[in-house]
Amino acid sequence: MSAEFSTNAEPATPEPVAVSRPPHPLTEFWYHFRQNKGALGGLVVILLIALIAIFAGVIAPHDPDIQYRDAILTPPVWQDGGTWTYLLGTDDIGRDMLSRLMYGARLSMMIGLIVVTLSLAVGLGLGLIAGFFGGMADVLIMRGMDILLALPSLLLAVVVAAILGPGLVNAMLAVSVVVIPHYARLTRAAVMAEVNKDYVIASRVAGAGPMRLMLIVVLPNCLAPLIVQATLGFSTAILDAAALGFLGLGAQPPTPEWGTMLASSLQFLQRAPWVVTWPGIAILVTVLAFNLLGDGLRDALDPKLKR
Amino acid sequence: MLRFILTRVSLVIPTFLGITFLTFILIRLVPGDPIEVRVGERGIAPERLAAFRHELGLDQPLWQQFLDYVGHVLSGDFGLSLVTHNSVLSEFLTLFPATLELALCAMLFATLIGLPAGILAAVKRGSLFDHGVMGASLTGYSMPIFWWGLLLILFFSVALGWTPVSGRLDLVYYVEPATGFMLIDTLMAGDYDAFRSALSHLILPTIVLGTVPLAVVARMTRSAMLEVLGEDYIRTARAKGLADGRVIGMHALRNALIPVVTVIGLQVGTLLGGAILTETIFSWPGVGKWLIESINRRDYPALQGGVLLIATSVILVNLLVDVLYGVLNPRIRHAR
Amino acid sequence: MKRILLGAGLGMAAALALSAPAQAAKTLVYCSEGSPENFNPMLNTTGTSFDVALPVYNNLVQFEHGGTKVVPGLAESWTISDDGLVYTFKLRAGAKWHSVGDFKPTRDANADDVIFSFERQWKPDHPFHKISGGAYDYFNDMAMPKLLKSIEKVDDLTVKFTLNAVEAPFLANLAMPFAPIMSAEYAAMLLKKGTPEKLDQVPVGTGPFQFVAYQKDAVIRYKAFEQYWGGKQPLDNLVFAITPDAAVRLAKLKAGECQVMPYPNPADIDSMKKDSSIVVQEQEGLNVGYVSFNVTKKPFDDVRVRRAVSMAMDKKAMVAAVYQAAGVPAKNPIPPTMWSYNDSIEDYPYDVERAKKLLADAGYPNGFETDLWAMPVQRPYNPNAKRIAEMMQADLAKVGVKAKIVQYEWGEYRKRMQQGEHQMGMLGWTGDNGDPDNFLYTLLGCEAARPGGNNLSKWCNKEFDDLVVQAKRTNDIAARTKLYEQAQVIFKEEAPWYTIAHSVVYMGLAKNVVGYKMDPFGIHRFEGVDLK
Repeated sequence: MSAEFSTNAEPATPEPVAVSRPPHPLTEFWYHFRQNKGALGGLVVILLIALIAIFAGVIAPHDPDIQYRDAILTPPVWQDGGTWTYLLGTDDIGRDMLSRLMYGARLSMMIGLIVVTLSLAVGLGLGLIAGFFGGMADVLIMRGMDILLALPSLLLAVVVAAILGPGLVNAMLAVSVVVIPHYARLTRAAVMAEVNKDYVIASRVAGAGPMRLMLIVVLPNCLAPLIVQATLGFSTAILDAAALGFLGLGAQPPTPEWGTMLASSLQFLQRAPWVVTWPGIAILVTVLAFNLLGDGLRDALDPKLKR
Repeated sequence: MLRFILTRVSLVIPTFLGITFLTFILIRLVPGDPIEVRVGERGIAPERLAAFRHELGLDQPLWQQFLDYVGHVLSGDFGLSLVTHNSVLSEFLTLFPATLELALCAMLFATLIGLPAGILAAVKRGSLFDHGVMGASLTGYSMPIFWWGLLLILFFSVALGWTPVSGRLDLVYYVEPATGFMLIDTLMAGDYDAFRSALSHLILPTIVLGTVPLAVVARMTRSAMLEVLGEDYIRTARAKGLADGRVIGMHALRNALIPVVTVIGLQVGTLLGGAILTETIFSWPGVGKWLIESINRRDYPALQGGVLLIATSVILVNLLVDVLYGVLNPRIRHAR
Repeated sequence: MKRILLGAGLGMAAALALSAPAQAAKTLVYCSEGSPENFNPMLNTTGTSFDVALPVYNNLVQFEHGGTKVVPGLAESWTISDDGLVYTFKLRAGAKWHSVGDFKPTRDANADDVIFSFERQWKPDHPFHKISGGAYDYFNDMAMPKLLKSIEKVDDLTVKFTLNAVEAPFLANLAMPFAPIMSAEYAAMLLKKGTPEKLDQVPVGTGPFQFVAYQKDAVIRYKAFEQYWGGKQPLDNLVFAITPDAAVRLAKLKAGECQVMPYPNPADIDSMKKDSSIVVQEQEGLNVGYVSFNVTKKPFDDVRVRRAVSMAMDKKAMVAAVYQAAGVPAKNPIPPTMWSYNDSIEDYPYDVERAKKLLADAGYPNGFETDLWAMPVQRPYNPNAKRIAEMMQADLAKVGVKAKIVQYEWGEYRKRMQQGEHQMGMLGWTGDNGDPDNFLYTLLGCEAARPGGNNLSKWCNKEFDDLVVQAKRTNDIAARTKLYEQAQVIFKEEAPWYTIAHSVVYMGLAKNVVGYKMDPFGIHRFEGVDLK
């Protein structure tokens, strides 16, 4: 096993003379990343959404929770009866769709960020322990992860959300729990691949403690797949949280979370399609952008797929 | 060979026990007493409440309840629903064919379109078609399917009136359930109008549930094909002057199929998860909708049994895929 | 293959009998709102489950179609002894049982069936008592075990009920869904076959429709019972299409896929009324949503505070915003469809100035702090308690009262309210038997004011209690009406509750539906309904 991997490792002794300095890793990364137009597009969209999210309070034309009782179910501006006051129309109790979508962006980005951070932290910890110590710890942790993986992720999220009670925070927790195994497995695999390499053995011999070995020596060397997974994790988190919202187990009205918005105006599907269309498009665009970015990162970071 | 299979099967047993334990604990943690939920504002006398709790074994210590539960489950008894008082297993089995029919159709839809699309994209790598397939599949993969379903209903059912809004069969037809698969039952009854009705009810849910697997299959097929097409033996075959169609059909496809089949198998979990949303949107009488309703009614035995049965079927399918993969690919079998 | 087709063909014949429009069989499709728990109303508490059993069964007595008056059912007449303790029912001769599945009845309904149906719920050692969970919630709620002394068969068609105490609403109780008459013969057959639970899944009754099939979570089918003692129904088939989503129900009604739909979205009611192909019926529900002031806790022990708070909250705005078209403001604890409703009573006006003055009189010129409990769930009498609580909070702030909204998980919530842990708390009630006693005594009598009782305000007013107890002990409706009207006056003066609203229930019907009447109990009955 070790022989197989050591062929990939950097040469133990440096070459005597470097003819030309290799490009800085970041430069190299950027070079590969730039090639991928989709990923670049995804990045731009994400930055845009992030800006909207951050400045929602400034740029939103209305307060997302104010009900304009005389403008209930106003259609978007380009349809008959639409007005410039409510660009994308209003919902069933007269709230401005555009403003709600902007605040919703804030929520979705927050959901993504918190879920990824939480699940990454826990998954990373479990994966490091399993991969590094092996033995009983490994067996217990990985069996546990298998068990979580055997349940369809949405089903598990639904059950966890039912336990914690409906609400935005609980939905985030539920979604986090569901994705932990992915990070744990990935980390473990990466650690296992690294742990027997010469540089690790060298630091071990030099007397580095397990904590140092885990966090400072091994971890930085298996970041690439985790970064990719974390980016893709944003999209899963946003999708699943929206699905929970749709099932009534996520954020509760009047929170302008996109899935919840969609669910609470379902009954107006026929009369006012825009109340259902916009939140869906918002979810789709955001998730798609993160997936594009994740794909691009994978291609740029994973040397095997470099062409 | 047999040893390989036995090892794989033995690995499943602790997972199964773990799942049983997990669902048991999870469901005990759901707040709300099922009896209290049932009686609503009129309440219940403490003596009667205690009697019911005793009847249901809820007054036993938790470990005792768990052991009892495992014992019953192993003998095929998943308990009685608190709401309908029917056996959970029989309720599951009544509804499961509906979910299975939908899931199989979705998988068929995904494979029939995804496979050729992926192969073509790989062969015409870099072409407009390739970009189109990749773009479409990434969009499909990013799709919030509950919204997608609503859009389709709005367009095909409401605006065009082509497909029915919800359900499995028009009410004017009545078919004695034999297999539980509406398509087969209607055919067996020889009622072709009913068959057409069942088919038209299946179209939209199939598309909705099949969207994500379609994207996955197309992407996976493409990359597997690309990998195989880059292998030496393909280049040799090409160098020998074999026609492209023959190379792709005979050599490349056969080898590329292995990972694709695996991926298709592994989509079962995704499908069953997606079924919760799809069934909710289309009022499809399957297990997904049933589970959501069980949560709302605090019907613990139904919820617990349902989750356990679904997890078990996912485990079994994964096991099957795993074993098949080993059979198809000797390298894996001997690696361990 | 051929054989399979042949075998299936037999099933087909049965199916054709249902679907064939050949003889213009009249089929009414009812888009019901949910799946039933089972087909035995003894075991259930929800309207959805009662609905599916109603077509099949008869009670001894029943409520007149669309009203709360008790009329003969399987019993064609009855006498009550002078001391009010003995009820003797004379059963209808020749009431036939349905033949369902392999059950072929050999006799008509008789006294044994009546005794069987009550003893199952009453006697813990009855062979059917524990079947299907054995939760006879309504039987117990209506205090039947305490009330019944004996049920005896006098002859085949005469049954005698003896009570332990006079109970005026007893007859109305027997008309409630929990008291259907089931076939003892069918039950015995099932017991012998070892499948007693079938009694609750495949119903056999004497009612106007007989059960055909249930496809779980999808469709329930009935056909008219040819030998029904009341004559064959104008409809030939009755189908329940289970459609949980209100928007889909409406779409189906518009598309002609069903002819009757309950519970439309409040948002759709206006457009439904404008639609010429749909008839909208409406009726006030037999319920009330209210805020209970706990009179054992300060400051609500002072009637002036209770009145002040009642005047400080804008009921009209609340009902308009939260109930929309589906509710009317309530002034009495009983709904307006109920006999003895006292319409001459005037509600407290919304008057901030008077409220402030009253509070000052009571010694709270700067208001006070209180909790305000809100249910975590949607109920028929209150679609969104949290939203109402928010509006009340805002109104109360204007008179200096700081209300803190409190929520608990639903089962916990009710238990704590019954213990009287709240100062102000919302709850409501849905009527069972259409008798004012079921509201005024059950919810406001002194007996229920004990900790854990249903009198959440813990309000025990001697004068009020005397009236409602006296009304319980007489069978004379006119006398009872007077007593209850008087009780409502005291209730309003003492203000133990802030009555919020009675819900308004809507039904959508296709234009060609004739003879459908909404039921005050919120259940759905199809006896006598026809299609033009």
